[in-house]
Amino acid sequence: MRDGEFERVEVTLPRPPRWQGIRLREWLSQLNRNRELFALSTLLGLSALSSALSPHFLTETNLKNLLAHVSVLAAVTAGETFVMLTGGIDLSVGSVLALSGVASGMAIQWWRWPAPFATLAGVAVGLACGAVNGFLVTRVRIPSFIATLAMLAIARGLTLLLSGGESISDFPASFTWLAGFVGPIPVLILAVLLLYAGLQVVLGATPFGQHIYAIGGNEQAARLVGIRADRVKFLVFSISGGCAGCAGVLLAARLNSAYPNAGVGLELDAIASSVLGGVSFTGGVGSLVGAFMGAMVVTVLGTLLNLLNVSPFYQFLAKGAILLLAAISLARGVMYAK
Amino acid sequence: MRSDPQPFVRMVGIMKRFGGIHALRGVDFTVDRGEVVGLVGDNGAGKSTLIKILAGVYQPDQGELYIDGERVRFKSPLDAKARGIETVYQELALVDQLDVSANIFLGREPTFGPFIDRSRMRQEAHALLTSLQIQIDSLRTPVGQLSGGQRQAVAIARAVRTEPRLVIFDEPTAALAPPEAARVLELVRRLRARGIAVVFITHTLQHVFAVADRIVVLRSGTKVADRPAAATTLEEVVRQMVGEG
Repeated sequence: MRDGEFERVEVTLPRPPRWQGIRLREWLSQLNRNRELFALSTLLGLSALSSALSPHFLTETNLKNLLAHVSVLAAVTAGETFVMLTGGIDLSVGSVLALSGVASGMAIQWWRWPAPFATLAGVAVGLACGAVNGFLVTRVRIPSFIATLAMLAIARGLTLLLSGGESISDFPASFTWLAGFVGPIPVLILAVLLLYAGLQVVLGATPFGQHIYAIGGNEQAARLVGIRADRVKFLVFSISGGCAGCAGVLLAARLNSAYPNAGVGLELDAIASSVLGGVSFTGGVGSLVGAFMGAMVVTVLGTLLNLLNVSPFYQFLAKGAILLLAAISLARGVMYAK
Repeated sequence: MRSDPQPFVRMVGIMKRFGGIHALRGVDFTVDRGEVVGLVGDNGAGKSTLIKILAGVYQPDQGELYIDGERVRFKSPLDAKARGIETVYQELALVDQLDVSANIFLGREPTFGPFIDRSRMRQEAHALLTSLQIQIDSLRTPVGQLSGGQRQAVAIARAVRTEPRLVIFDEPTAALAPPEAARVLELVRRLRARGIAVVFITHTLQHVFAVADRIVVLRSGTKVADRPAAATTLEEVVRQMVGEG
């Protein structure tokens, strides 16, 4: 009789070394279930450390600066998170940010467009770059890593060409009000929180958002039930481009200048923020709340190192190290969660 | 209603090659309305290939497929679904990270304006699971945390939700503990009671005899037997599978 003769492959997970004990394993599995908590506790810990180490951390000026600073990164991170949730990656965000900023700067200063139209133009340029990424990934079938790496170079090149390598500065008040304040709160952070609220509704409450998670979790399953995965991915890259476009406009307003080297290396910060915020690099797991807190962590870390007068050379080391730490603990967490 | 002399599904002379391997060498296969057909055979006999052609996953190299007597060509699983043919896959097509109700409604979420109507989704998922007598503690549990039998039940509930005319099971009871396998077989009977036809593949012959109306045996890509379950015996089917019959 053939009963019980199934080909059943049992997958055993590597167990942690004995010395680590059961505590660490449990802690890591908890961590995986509460990924936002990980970001929040890191943020609180880092903030406590910062205020202990530097008397300047908890000053109004610094906090205002910090919020204005985090806005740009957070806007980019939101788009990066959408892409990463589907299991993709967008390396072009920094260059797209620069191109969008320069585009809106040119619209205002060279062509004398009214500020709202110039703002929209910047966002539209970002959307268009994202749409090209999406087209390359879904129609031409280039892996997102390569497609967006090409876009990283192309958008940067276009930025330098269009601007002639020069910054575009001194915008009218109708544009720079974005860098102002409502009471003590920067307009920038309000704009970004509005962006997050809108995107959260899309991600958390619509079928489209559900399908983003489904594709990142099990793309084959998503396709089998009839989800148009390519359409979702195209839109996700467009959203990422649009977010980078918003960030470019916000940065131009904050600095009162659109400079062609803006956002160099920003993809590292955006990906680090997403991962720190608990977004899985294989897709399907993560949230915008976590991503925002991840961006806060990265920004606070940078601020702390600045306040301590740490050389920028070491800042790269610190960022890389914290990204690795987050990735390692979350990956272990996945292993032990079941 | 006019009684239709055509079977629901008729496959004629189905052939399929994968490189040098002749997976199917001209197989005829029929399924009547509301009939449970057990498809058995040794590994490599062509069972999975045959049902994947019926489900629209593979296209046959030769042979014809008729639904209600009408010639059809399935280019994708969606074409098969449009004809009321749903599949519960062996490698379960569930998204581990999503919860039970999200998986049941994946790709066809009920909406309220542009938004997912989550309360309706949970209500309908609950009603569906109850009607199939499937017990799952919480609809909000990610399916990655469920047992194999529960996952199988979720996959079955999803297949049934669209009111299909035929559900294909690829090894529904493999990898399940006996009590869970028994529950899945009970589910198959409940589908038949709803008038849904079932084709299922299994290595466990007792399971076939427990629920099938008819048993079809494949060996090396050829159909070697096609009998009502009542007219054959376990020993005979084993002989047909290994080629001593």
